[in-house]
Amino acid sequence: MTRIRAVALRELRSYFNSPIAYVFLLVFAGSALFTFFNVGAFFSRGLADLRPLFDAVPFLMVLLVPALTMRLWAEESKQGTFEVLMTLPARDYELVAGKFVASWALLAGGLGLTLGLPFTVATLGDLDWGPVLGGYLGAVLLGAGYLAVGQFVSATTENQILAFILALVICLGLYGVGLETFAGLFPDHTAGVLRAVGTGSRFESIARGVIDARDLVYYLSLTVFFLAASVSALRIRRWA
Amino acid sequence: MGLPNASRVRGGVWMIEVRQLEKRYGETQALKGVSFSIPAGEVVGLLGPNGAGKTTAMKILVGYLLPTAGEARVAGLDVTAEPLAVERQIGYMPENAPSYSEMLVQELLLFMADMHSMDPDARRRNLERTVEECRIQEVLTRPIGQLSKGYRQRVGLAAAILHDPPILILDEPTAGLDPNQIVEVRELIRRMGRTKTVILSTHILPEVEASCGRAVILIDGRVRADGTLDELTRSRVQVVTVRPDDPGRARALFEGVRHVAAVSVRPAADGFHTYRLELAEDREVGEAVSEIARSHGWPLRELKRDDRSLEQVFRDLTQTVQEEAA
Repeated sequence: MTRIRAVALRELRSYFNSPIAYVFLLVFAGSALFTFFNVGAFFSRGLADLRPLFDAVPFLMVLLVPALTMRLWAEESKQGTFEVLMTLPARDYELVAGKFVASWALLAGGLGLTLGLPFTVATLGDLDWGPVLGGYLGAVLLGAGYLAVGQFVSATTENQILAFILALVICLGLYGVGLETFAGLFPDHTAGVLRAVGTGSRFESIARGVIDARDLVYYLSLTVFFLAASVSALRIRRWA
Repeated sequence: MGLPNASRVRGGVWMIEVRQLEKRYGETQALKGVSFSIPAGEVVGLLGPNGAGKTTAMKILVGYLLPTAGEARVAGLDVTAEPLAVERQIGYMPENAPSYSEMLVQELLLFMADMHSMDPDARRRNLERTVEECRIQEVLTRPIGQLSKGYRQRVGLAAAILHDPPILILDEPTAGLDPNQIVEVRELIRRMGRTKTVILSTHILPEVEASCGRAVILIDGRVRADGTLDELTRSRVQVVTVRPDDPGRARALFEGVRHVAAVSVRPAADGFHTYRLELAEDREVGEAVSEIARSHGWPLRELKRDDRSLEQVFRDLTQTVQEEAA
């Protein structure tokens, strides 16, 4: 536990020592607000809910999460600290967990910056808090899945740009396959599978305030699977 | 060479024991069956040309790379079976002392303390000792990326010895430093060598002469020589320069000395002759030789072992390997 915490704190410090943390927080909060008021047309809809925000969040995270994760391992490899880290008496999973926690905390911070919205909306009209809580829960869990994907990709390369692009492609793929525009092209049972795998389609039901155990299990397994893959990627590098 | 010398083992335990270690990266074989043993408290130089496998051997010892075949033990522990226990025993500094450039020196040391699960008391004690030992007091609050190379190297060493490990493994600790910094780092290593077992790799030979009691010479993935510096540089040739009445008789007498296998002779100035006595084994024959000269009343001008410099040993070995390959 000490070691996971130490890794997480070091990682957070390095986020904030570089512009990444600030840029991420600003861009995330900024684009969330922009889509909420402009693209989502909050005022013209005349509804006191946060749907425009949660419609945008899954796609926003596809774009921004890879920026958080690209450096996690790629930078360690690049500056040679990978070797230092791997020869400390820590287990591989502790390193992966520490880095994951740090990136998750930052993502949660970004979501936290949008918390002003529901309170503002609640003063304007009769806000149903169910979908709001569901939306935030879904966003945190979906983000965890994307972060795990990103960390895995970063563990396989020392090129940050490559890590960013690959993570973006995989996250976008996971998001896209479940969309109606894509899944609808397939026969029913295939479309059902695609919707089940797609991160975006799962998100919709949570954002409507319906918390289905299957959705939670899905996000959790996505996260655990890719974190485990990250641990394996580290182990494989010892054979190189 | 190969056989362990029991008298050199303190407490009967090899601190580091490597047997038939092999490592293959795809097509290339970096280590081709490397064996050596190092007793506690020794400072050993791992010597070899670039690409000889020094770094690979070290990376296996610290549990960073897994060997393709063979066995490596550190403090009695198998490095592949118990990497964590091994890592607790070792302080490791990779080549160029890589570190988090945006971190302050003290932040790095605190991070290291946490990674070694030190309690607050141990942490304070170790920090004080390390900062003092590595003389990094004045840079504690500076970002590592802004330090001079000499300081960076010392901070790397500090991070490696923070948990007071009995074994230190340093990959090219003085590479890229200026002469003053080299002296400082060497001094540091010498001081640590009083209480720790140290392996350092280098291709700079004076480095070994300055810091190490022993050298393992690695060339092309194999151990080509292993011994104390005396053993390595000592030759089996005794050189005698005398002025005998009868050079032929002197030669015959020297040939009769115990342990002498062959004698060659070369005239020197003023009627002196230089005899090279090749010894069958590494024994002291100086006394017997000087006794012959004295009893015959021959003036003796020079009596010495024709020792080679470590550089010569190294070059000869490298050449032998190249000839074998050709």
